[in-house]
Amino acid sequence: MDTDLMIRIFPFFLKAAWVTIQLSLLSGAMGLMCGALGAAARLSRSPALRFIGATYVSVIRGTPALIQVFILYFGGPQVGIQLEAFEAGVLALGFNIGAYMTETMRGAIISVDRGQNEAARTLGLSRFETFRSVTLPQALRLMIRPLGVNINALIKGTALVAAISVVELTYTAQRYIGSTYKPFEMFLLAGLLYMAIIYVTGLGVNWLDRRAALK
Amino acid sequence: MTDRPIIDIRNAAKSYGSLEVLKDISLQVKRGQIVAIIGPSGSGKSTLLRAINDLDPLTSGEVWLEDTQVNKALPTRQYEAHINAVRQNIGMVFQHFNLFPHLNVRDNITLAPKMLKGISKTEADALAVEQLNKVGLLDRIDYYPSQLSGGQKQRVAIARALAMKPKVMLFDEATSALDPELVEEVNLVMKQLAEEHMTMIIVTHEMGFAQDVCDRVLFMDQGVVVEEGPPEVIFKNPANERTRNFLRKHLKGQN
Repeated sequence: MDTDLMIRIFPFFLKAAWVTIQLSLLSGAMGLMCGALGAAARLSRSPALRFIGATYVSVIRGTPALIQVFILYFGGPQVGIQLEAFEAGVLALGFNIGAYMTETMRGAIISVDRGQNEAARTLGLSRFETFRSVTLPQALRLMIRPLGVNINALIKGTALVAAISVVELTYTAQRYIGSTYKPFEMFLLAGLLYMAIIYVTGLGVNWLDRRAALK
Repeated sequence: MTDRPIIDIRNAAKSYGSLEVLKDISLQVKRGQIVAIIGPSGSGKSTLLRAINDLDPLTSGEVWLEDTQVNKALPTRQYEAHINAVRQNIGMVFQHFNLFPHLNVRDNITLAPKMLKGISKTEADALAVEQLNKVGLLDRIDYYPSQLSGGQKQRVAIARALAMKPKVMLFDEATSALDPELVEEVNLVMKQLAEEHMTMIIVTHEMGFAQDVCDRVLFMDQGVVVEEGPPEVIFKNPANERTRNFLRKHLKGQN
């Protein structure tokens, strides 16, 4: 194994890792928004909204994320949506993980004991007041870990946008293979950096979970 | 004290498909009265209780709280506002306490008054102190529900309901989930409420308690009120065979 090469090339990979982190942060934020909206739609009293929510989840989860990225980036221009690769990557990944987060959030919300809702309603709290001050605070605690799992999948999923030439970790590794002919070293470096990002994210999730734990 | 009932249930019926869980039940409860509803499980007693605040809506029939029809047919939005206002007057205590686990005892008690009655933090704290004093748990004001015993949880749940200053209190098997040695402390709180002439409707499996505390006892079976009357009559000299059978089974273990 050519460790000298790995050390020399490391700064370039760090730059690529930063792109991966940006992709993750932006699409993660977008995913949380899509997830919140999706969960709200799926739990809505309106059948139309419930249908939209269910369709979103089943379409996104029923097709490969790579196809979704391709449709937006390569298919977009055909219908007048012209995006930079990075933008298309963020949007496609965010919209994709949002569908999984929809289910995570919905699951956390409906797993709050029904008695909680009944107790709040019998005191006279409205549906909204009950949701805001009784259901949601408990659901948020329940969703931290499963959302962490979604984020973990998202970070690894950012590798897909290498296919539309976003210069993130995976694309960078492939590119340097062309000049160094050392695929083992290049992919190993990329892999180690993914692991580092995921490790730190995991620490963050653990910290949040502990902080939010019920007394 | 007026003679007009505070709770008036008129021809209540409820069915799930072809299964009738309540069949034409009428019940009037006057101010300060304490009514126990007893009967085998599945007899519809909890369903009847939960119909009073429209937690389990009736299929037909009316529920009135003084001059207000609780289960009024209204468009969704108006109904929501209506029922939320009505429920502030009807306290409810559940078998499984349903304390809010993310809030301490003080906040469990003051959440609804603060939100719905616009009282200040100082007033709310005073209210929590007042209610906790009543149930003898002032020293637990900063505790979280998970740090309390079952009996303490239920006493806090009673304090939480009382903090809304309800006109009537509903108890849905309030002591059924408690260890036997913890039942008494909850019963004591309920007895004390009885002495303060709180109107109460109590679904219970505890015949001894019903006998001691209640003015009237309803025996329900298969969705109907089989027999009702003062506890002396129902427990000592029931007229109906079904009541006798039920009581025989239930009183055997007790005393």
